[in-house]
Amino acid sequence: MRRILANPYAPAFALAVVVVMVPLLVPSPFYLRLATLVFINALVVVGLNLLMGYAGQISLGHAAFFAMGAYASAIGPAHLGLPTLASMLAGIVLTGVVAYGVGKPILRFKGYHLAVATLGLGVIVSIVITNEIAWTGGPDGMQVARLWIGSWRVSGVANWYWVAGITLIVAMLGAANLLSSPTGRALRAIHDSEVAAGVLGIDVARYKLLVFVISAIYAATAGAFLALFDGHVTPVTGGILRSIEFVAMAVLGGLGSILGSVLGAAVLVVLPQALTSFHEFEHAILGAILMVLMIALRRGVIPSLQSWLLRGAA
Amino acid sequence: MKPIRALVCAVLMAPGLATAARSEILIGSVLSTTGPASFLGEPEKQTLEVYAKRINDAGGVNGEKIRLIIYDDGSDASNSRTFATRLVEQDQVVAVVGGTGTGNSLAMIPVFEEAGIPFVSLSGGVDIIDPVRKWVFKPPHTDRMACAKIFTDLKQRGLTNAAFIAGQGGYAKSMVTQCRSVAGQYGIKILAEESYGPRDSDMTAQLTRIKALPGLKAVINADIGQGPAIVTRNAAQINLGMPLYQSHGAATQGYLELAGPAAEGVRLPGPSLLVAEQLPDSDPQKKVLLDYTAVIEKATGKPVGTFGGYAHDGLLLLVDAMKRAGSADPAKVRDQLEKTKGYVATVGIITMSPTDHLGIDLSAFRMLEVKRGKWAVVD
Amino acid sequence: MATALQILFSGLTVGAIYALVAIGFTLVYSSSEVVNFAQGEFVMLGGMISATAVAAGLAPLPAASLAIVATVVTGILLYGLAVAPARDASPIVVIIITIGASIFIRGLASVGMGKEFHTLPPLLATPTLDLGGASVQTQGLVVMAGSVAIVLTLWLFLRMTKLGRGIRATAANRLAAQLAGINPRVIVGLTFAISALIGALGGILITPITLTSFDVGTLLAVKGFAAAVLGGLTHPAGPVLGGLMIGLLEAVGAGYISSQYKDVFAFVVLLGVLFLRPQGILGGRAVERV
Repeated sequence: MRRILANPYAPAFALAVVVVMVPLLVPSPFYLRLATLVFINALVVVGLNLLMGYAGQISLGHAAFFAMGAYASAIGPAHLGLPTLASMLAGIVLTGVVAYGVGKPILRFKGYHLAVATLGLGVIVSIVITNEIAWTGGPDGMQVARLWIGSWRVSGVANWYWVAGITLIVAMLGAANLLSSPTGRALRAIHDSEVAAGVLGIDVARYKLLVFVISAIYAATAGAFLALFDGHVTPVTGGILRSIEFVAMAVLGGLGSILGSVLGAAVLVVLPQALTSFHEFEHAILGAILMVLMIALRRGVIPSLQSWLLRGAA
Repeated sequence: MKPIRALVCAVLMAPGLATAARSEILIGSVLSTTGPASFLGEPEKQTLEVYAKRINDAGGVNGEKIRLIIYDDGSDASNSRTFATRLVEQDQVVAVVGGTGTGNSLAMIPVFEEAGIPFVSLSGGVDIIDPVRKWVFKPPHTDRMACAKIFTDLKQRGLTNAAFIAGQGGYAKSMVTQCRSVAGQYGIKILAEESYGPRDSDMTAQLTRIKALPGLKAVINADIGQGPAIVTRNAAQINLGMPLYQSHGAATQGYLELAGPAAEGVRLPGPSLLVAEQLPDSDPQKKVLLDYTAVIEKATGKPVGTFGGYAHDGLLLLVDAMKRAGSADPAKVRDQLEKTKGYVATVGIITMSPTDHLGIDLSAFRMLEVKRGKWAVVD
Repeated sequence: MATALQILFSGLTVGAIYALVAIGFTLVYSSSEVVNFAQGEFVMLGGMISATAVAAGLAPLPAASLAIVATVVTGILLYGLAVAPARDASPIVVIIITIGASIFIRGLASVGMGKEFHTLPPLLATPTLDLGGASVQTQGLVVMAGSVAIVLTLWLFLRMTKLGRGIRATAANRLAAQLAGINPRVIVGLTFAISALIGALGGILITPITLTSFDVGTLLAVKGFAAAVLGGLTHPAGPVLGGLMIGLLEAVGAGYISSQYKDVFAFVVLLGVLFLRPQGILGGRAVERV
């Protein structure tokens, strides 16, 4: 038991099983759409968790990167005549570059200052998207051209389910790989104490920046997927509330737990769907569940369950 | 562990709740009853619920009861799309009326087009029905029509230099964009376009800047929610000194109450709904408008507004088409929607055709002016 | 000149509103290092309950008192039922709990009090005042005076009363305070109650200008949070300074640069200031990591 729980690659394999099983179990394509949205959100949250759970840096602006990936995939084909695949990839790379440029100065901030700085980043991106109507269509958003990979037209729930699911598995393997490398150990040292890590000769700024860029790239990829999957993108994609939702997913699932990120995303994507039968009480109940879960499992769902299981096994 | 178990139960139960009884006609709806567009979505939802009940109390449609399934997209277009999928795949509705914001409607359209389900949109954007899409119809006025109405009035009053002050939501931005595209046709020059954020509480800085423009004759405010009331008060506060126009987004009783005496003299293009009592008895719309007003005021205790009227028209257009089709079969209903002719609705008199899925013209709007705290017809 | 003055007053009015929201953040923060994201809902409850009560026929003063009492009770319940049970959780977890609480409170408010916009009559009979060619809403002056008065009262309370000294002691060193016989749970609970009181009072004062609805709290909380951090989370006057600065920056941005990008302008300057003064303008000690 202990060994399975400790294996860094276990979550990715667990998810792989789920990804294969879900299509066999669900009664309608609607559930595949939900699952796809879970994968897309989880992709962002896995990246964010590297930043928050391992490097100990908060971000209230990850929806900005999410939106940059989304809008790059939309704007390239619509305004620049680029193929969708090329715009998507260019958008992801560009977001990484922006994260590098922005991260250098703002990662000098700590705690609530970093929260406000990243919040500012989110606000700025969201305002640009809303106002540059000629490029983005403004608040009503813009259509997104279909994605072609060679002669494969990636459209419809069935296709995107697999694309998002497999990408998420790869991303989780990537995260696990990073964490079991020396970089991962350096990150944990930074999380425990930046000063101590610095004394040990760890280049704190460089590692923080590295994780920030990786998490931005994860977010941009997810954003691109959402835009291409929906075929339409609006500025809500990059709003402050979306950023806060990502953070809530990461904390709910458990900071420092890759599997927790997926679970946190799943809970907050599926819950609103499950609560529609409560009509106007939907939001109150959502808030109440979020509170109760956090109070009961205050280290996040997965870490709390893990320690409970380990206690049971020991 | 209790909350988790409850959660799992809730998730598993969700699909069970949505199964339809055989003798019901399922009509779906996705509205923005929370988020920035809730100002529009909430009256739409109330109207749909009140009228679905009335229709059923009167015996339903073709002998069957209708059942509404309404989802709240929280003003997020990606959520709209998820709920659209749910309506089609899970709930298996035969028709959809909804889509509060233009972006929300546009995100849902492909789902309904692919599934072959008639969709009556409640959003303002002209992009929804231009170009014409096979399964998509919309009763509301377009923003462009509101622009045309304002510009015609400006021209008649010789106020050809105007400036915009607008919010940053979909309604406001779409209106400004469409107004800009037709301003030239009416000989109107747009000298400036100022903007304010979603929850801004003071727009005097923007209005001061506008006021200083040389040669400016009128100011147009495009927005919904609390923005128009604050702009109106701020304009009075700094003594703007030129006519202020609002859009149909401010055509509600709430606007008059929030803006108070500052609204005196403000003009806007509004639906006949707001001035139903002042219409001559010969007006074909008068009865429909008064009926709708009476029904909603009795059921909700709240005054009627433009957006609730859209929902009324959307639902009744669908029901009318179902009755003429003699069935709720999506394809037949769609065909009959397209053959709607001379249907008296709150927005105007609707006549659809294969090349026109909007079906109303500029005469659906009236230029209104606030006089002594009430709406008065100017033309 | 009149134009510049008008823009200045616009900035001060908006700034005072942000300041009023921001003050509520600092108290809870200094006693528990948690930013209470439900602070915006306190502001909402103050305005909404008053407006609903007035609409139901109550006179403004009893309506406002009712709103304040109800909001303070909400604040105490929030602490007792949601924050206190998670006492050994990390600050970020408590923040998520307060976010859950704000979704919960907002959801209930929308059911109980509807989704329409409401307003309250301004405090003074003359709605506007002419000052040097610029026209000012008297309620804006009321809000400014209100935030200064609240900060002064708070300062006196923290300095002069036993409870206030208890809060300060807990903020400075929780363990030492505990050893000195101060119960930190009572103290933190008290800061939630006072923050709710400040929030409700703020909500009532700003509603004649901002108007109110069930979802007014979210964006106000975001701006208020930024203002509190900018001014310094640990200094009582910090939020007022931070709020006024953001308000002025937005007004100058809207009046002279671009009204579409005024928030961008404000945030860029804000970040610049934080670079120069990482502890906030008035902040003393370094801020803990989240």
